[in-house]
Amino acid sequence: MIEFSKVTKSYSVGTRALKGVSMQIEDGEFVFLVGPSGSGKSTIIKLITGELKPTSGTVHVNGYSLERIRKREIPYLRRTVGVVFQDFRLIENKTVYENVAFVMRAIGAREREIRERVPYVLNLVGLDTKSRRHPGELSGGEQQRLAIARALVNNPSTIIADEPTGNLDPARSLEIMSLLAEINNLGTTMLVVTHEMDLVERFPRRVITIDDGLVVHDGMDGYYQYENQ
Amino acid sequence: MGIISMRISKIGYLIKEGIRGIFLHGFMSFAAVCVTVACLLIVGSFACLTYNVSLMVEDLNKTNEITVIIDENLPYAEALSVGTDINLVDNVLKSTFKSREEAWKDFLEEHEGDDAFDGVMAEDLRHRYVVVLEDNSKIEQTVEEISQIPGVAKISADFQLAEGFSTLQNVLRIASLAVVAVLLGVSLLIISNTVKLAMYDRRDEIAIMKMVGATNGFIRLPYVVEGFILGMLGAAAAFGLEWLLYDWMLRELDKVDTLNMFNFVPFEQLLIPMVTVFAGAGLFVGVVGSWSSIRKFMNV
Repeated sequence: MIEFSKVTKSYSVGTRALKGVSMQIEDGEFVFLVGPSGSGKSTIIKLITGELKPTSGTVHVNGYSLERIRKREIPYLRRTVGVVFQDFRLIENKTVYENVAFVMRAIGAREREIRERVPYVLNLVGLDTKSRRHPGELSGGEQQRLAIARALVNNPSTIIADEPTGNLDPARSLEIMSLLAEINNLGTTMLVVTHEMDLVERFPRRVITIDDGLVVHDGMDGYYQYENQ
Repeated sequence: MGIISMRISKIGYLIKEGIRGIFLHGFMSFAAVCVTVACLLIVGSFACLTYNVSLMVEDLNKTNEITVIIDENLPYAEALSVGTDINLVDNVLKSTFKSREEAWKDFLEEHEGDDAFDGVMAEDLRHRYVVVLEDNSKIEQTVEEISQIPGVAKISADFQLAEGFSTLQNVLRIASLAVVAVLLGVSLLIISNTVKLAMYDRRDEIAIMKMVGATNGFIRLPYVVEGFILGMLGAAAAFGLEWLLYDWMLRELDKVDTLNMFNFVPFEQLLIPMVTVFAGAGLFVGVVGSWSSIRKFMNV
């Protein structure tokens, strides 16, 4: 579960990125987080992954209180949250298999478990036949599917997808969204940050709209029409 | 048993990753090894040179002799026995008896062609001992002790020359230590910057590892293994080159130094200190360099 309560975040340069955000995402939910550039979406993701600490208010993510989390606990928080980025962030010199397997190794999984789990996850995202390839040999859509496999392999309770279709054509975007919806159906909480309103319309789910550091809309009834949409 | 086998397999994986990293980042690895070799070679060569110069000065120091003149009234046999007492004095390395006849011959040789000394006879000179000291810095104290020996009439010693040698040795020791320390410091700085560049090259990889929940230890160990191997490779290559260079220099010196003025020790004599210093520097540079450089990229 993700819970923000009256969260503010100010940066040292004086920018107030969040001005009192409160929201709650239950386990197993699929939520879109939308908003214009600079509205505070990235700050919310960084708060969830422990990259930032709130200036005030409380943030709870999968049992961790982020406002008082210790540095050494952050890796364990991150194992409960898989992140998918717009630019994929894959390790170019590792094969498809290794890109996924090293995430399991990072949490101390046994080789036997890795040999069982990685092919299963690659099969789930449709990359089982390309496990020996390197990211550079994959298309954009395949690279994003690999990033999803990596986020998924440690069986996190939550996946955050930050503009997962930003670098993809409409057909591939639809594929990726369908894959995320499938994963959500298996029980994983899904928070998808996006600019693409046509995708939000195609997948009717709960939408939280952020504007100028505040939640301006939260519901199943579409989204708030913000200015630079 | 399960936990142990899991840890061993994980450590094995991390070590394998470290070795793999060397080949994956071939150019940066090569650059790091080259810089380590160059720096250690400079430091090692200077250390070898100063060590040898210091030994040579020490040898020169030993040639600074003092002359102990024996009482002229002492018969020859008794004059000879004074040597036993001289040898018992602390700091005396060796003493050589020289009869008045031998001293006279030396005197004539020394003043050959000088008419002013034509009338000097052996009877005008006295028996004497030529004494070499172990440590010339204690010359005054030793001369004082020898002068107390019965039968010793006079001692001729060049205190200034002895002090000069001591000062030269001390200056050389301090200067060489300072230069080696500065060179080592500069080398460490250069090598650490090279390692930092290698880490910068991999900042994205490190950021991804952090993002997927890898602990700092898991991220660091392969880089530290890599740094250790690169440091050791650099040290081994520098050591081998130093050996070859030193032997080549000795051979070349032998060809030109016909008067045998320069007496360099063979490299085998320097083997243990050189191996220790090179291995220590390689280990320090590789492990500490990679450990500290990676810290900067861990704050994600």
